[in-house]
Amino acid sequence: MGLELLFDASFLASVPRFVTAILLAALGGAICERAGVFNIGLEGMMLTGAFFAVVGAYFSGSALVGAFTALVAGMLMGAIFAEFNLRRGGDSIVVSIAINLLAAGISTFLLGVIFGVAGAFNDPGIAGLEAVRIPFVEDIPVIGHVISGQSPLFYLALLLVYALHMFFARHRLGLRIRAAGENPAALRAGGVNPLWVQCWALLMCGGLCGLAGAQLSISNVNLFVENMSAGRGWIAVVAVLLTRGRPWPLFFIALLFGMVDSLSFRVQGLGLAQQFTDMMPYLATLIVLTALSWWRMRRQA
Amino acid sequence: MTARAERLMSGDLLPWIYTLAWILAILFGLMLLVGAPFGEALSGFLTGAFGGRRMAYLMATLSRATLIVGMALSVMISFRAGLFNIGGEGQLVAGGFVSALVAILLPGPPLLVLAAAILAGMAAGALWALLAGMLYIYVGVPLLVGSLLLNFPIRYIASYLVAHPFRDVQSGMLQSHLVPDGTWLAYFPGVRLDVGILFIVATSIFAIAYSHTTLHGYRARLNGLSPDFARAVGLPVTRLTLQTLAMSGAIAGLVGAIAVFGIHHRYVDGMLVQPLYAWTGIIAVLLVGMIPVLVPFSGFFFAAIQTGAAGMERSAGVPKEIALVMQAVIILFVASRVSGAILSSQNRAKGGDDGS
Repeated sequence: MGLELLFDASFLASVPRFVTAILLAALGGAICERAGVFNIGLEGMMLTGAFFAVVGAYFSGSALVGAFTALVAGMLMGAIFAEFNLRRGGDSIVVSIAINLLAAGISTFLLGVIFGVAGAFNDPGIAGLEAVRIPFVEDIPVIGHVISGQSPLFYLALLLVYALHMFFARHRLGLRIRAAGENPAALRAGGVNPLWVQCWALLMCGGLCGLAGAQLSISNVNLFVENMSAGRGWIAVVAVLLTRGRPWPLFFIALLFGMVDSLSFRVQGLGLAQQFTDMMPYLATLIVLTALSWWRMRRQA
Repeated sequence: MTARAERLMSGDLLPWIYTLAWILAILFGLMLLVGAPFGEALSGFLTGAFGGRRMAYLMATLSRATLIVGMALSVMISFRAGLFNIGGEGQLVAGGFVSALVAILLPGPPLLVLAAAILAGMAAGALWALLAGMLYIYVGVPLLVGSLLLNFPIRYIASYLVAHPFRDVQSGMLQSHLVPDGTWLAYFPGVRLDVGILFIVATSIFAIAYSHTTLHGYRARLNGLSPDFARAVGLPVTRLTLQTLAMSGAIAGLVGAIAVFGIHHRYVDGMLVQPLYAWTGIIAVLLVGMIPVLVPFSGFFFAAIQTGAAGMERSAGVPKEIALVMQAVIILFVASRVSGAILSSQNRAKGGDDGS
């Protein structure tokens, strides 16, 4: 094994699938981070999205409706966060923890109520997002199937990295979001209520996390399993913390974490116990977090 | 007197009545969604939480409360010191499977083995918390995410150990062998409740006394209220932090050991993770604004919600996960009123450090 494994075509083609979910959630987290909202509820927002994507896709028969349902459900979680954190003044960590529990509860509760099953819902009626095939590009050896043939959400996520970069740099709301995070008093002096700006940030964050969930449940596979996000929202939180919410560095961190995630699936066949391969993404996240924190600490000293 | 009552009505009481009304309205809405018969659901809830033949369900509630209160105390000690140790789950798992392995592998008189196993479990929990603490202090990894991320490796390590080297293969499940039956915690006469609850009663008394009467607890609280002040007056903040985390982890480890020797008598994969004991402990602390004497009550309250929901599932077919939803709703409405101010002050101080 070793390097040839990393450059194996089918492995490379699987990387974007794993990158997409982490990247979308992390981009959402980045908006909150820049707006000065400490949101560690990405995991819950993502799980909500994963569940409602299945609900939408199953009842409408259309995966796009599923993705849209996930978007709306995620935004609703963002709205709940905003209501309790911004309007009622609850602590953001407490609200985040509650959001995560709420998502775990709502998804398993409704799994029983709507589909009458416990644990997992797996039905051929769940419409999955179709891979986008790009003519000519898909014929390029090795990287052709990395760039082409991915979920539409992957291309959306890539586009969003650039869009978010420009949004923070140019767009009026983007600038206001940064002001809300860096100097809310100045924003208030300019006649804009920072709470409204943060509320918008939370709605966008929720929507993106919802789409990240849709990537898990109607794109990677077509089913919903209890606690499906399995810690990926936390990995996204770490990615946001490490990059302080800047979109381009975020992209590379998400790429790295996504690669480890897909590598962990890849090496499952090589005789390594499943527990160790399952552990890899979290271990990699811890290691990167430790290394960067250490480097930052030394630079400050 | 009447003036005071009026003030209470307008200032303090009224928001609480609104809060209660909201929570009940949401609960009612969920029940309507299920289409469950309301009376049966209510009686199922009460039976599930407090009733049963020979109080069997009340005992189940107490048994669950034992673990939840234990985790809540663990969390309370670190939260009061301003340390966001949300890795209680990892410390709980470390304590549980280490104590189970020690009991399985160590020969000797049962009581001694039990004592050694419990101590080993506490040490394992403390070490796992210390690891997060050292990453925080010496490497600068934020405790919040550091402690949380450490949940995953230990969960998988424990899962691996009971799936491969220490698996009870004949049982067909992912679980260790039974611990020697001499080490099982005894039941109280006539009921299915083990004496593990006594450990937690003792821990509660210790934690309350520690928080209110000891110098260490006072200093830790000071550090929690204002880290800058604690540093400025020359408190040994580093040592204080590590000692507090070790204490917090040791309690979580103890809870893991109690679950092993009192309830399951072996380590079963996922037995400490799936019921969300650690997360319930966290919200139990947040519900009462980290006031030590109230923590056991709020722990019992959440245990009752969970076993009550299980009863509701049996009697009225309401999925028992409604308990999770209710807990989250309660925390959103209540803790955002209670704990907000206490935690936010630190949040800001921490945010200043990070530059975020």
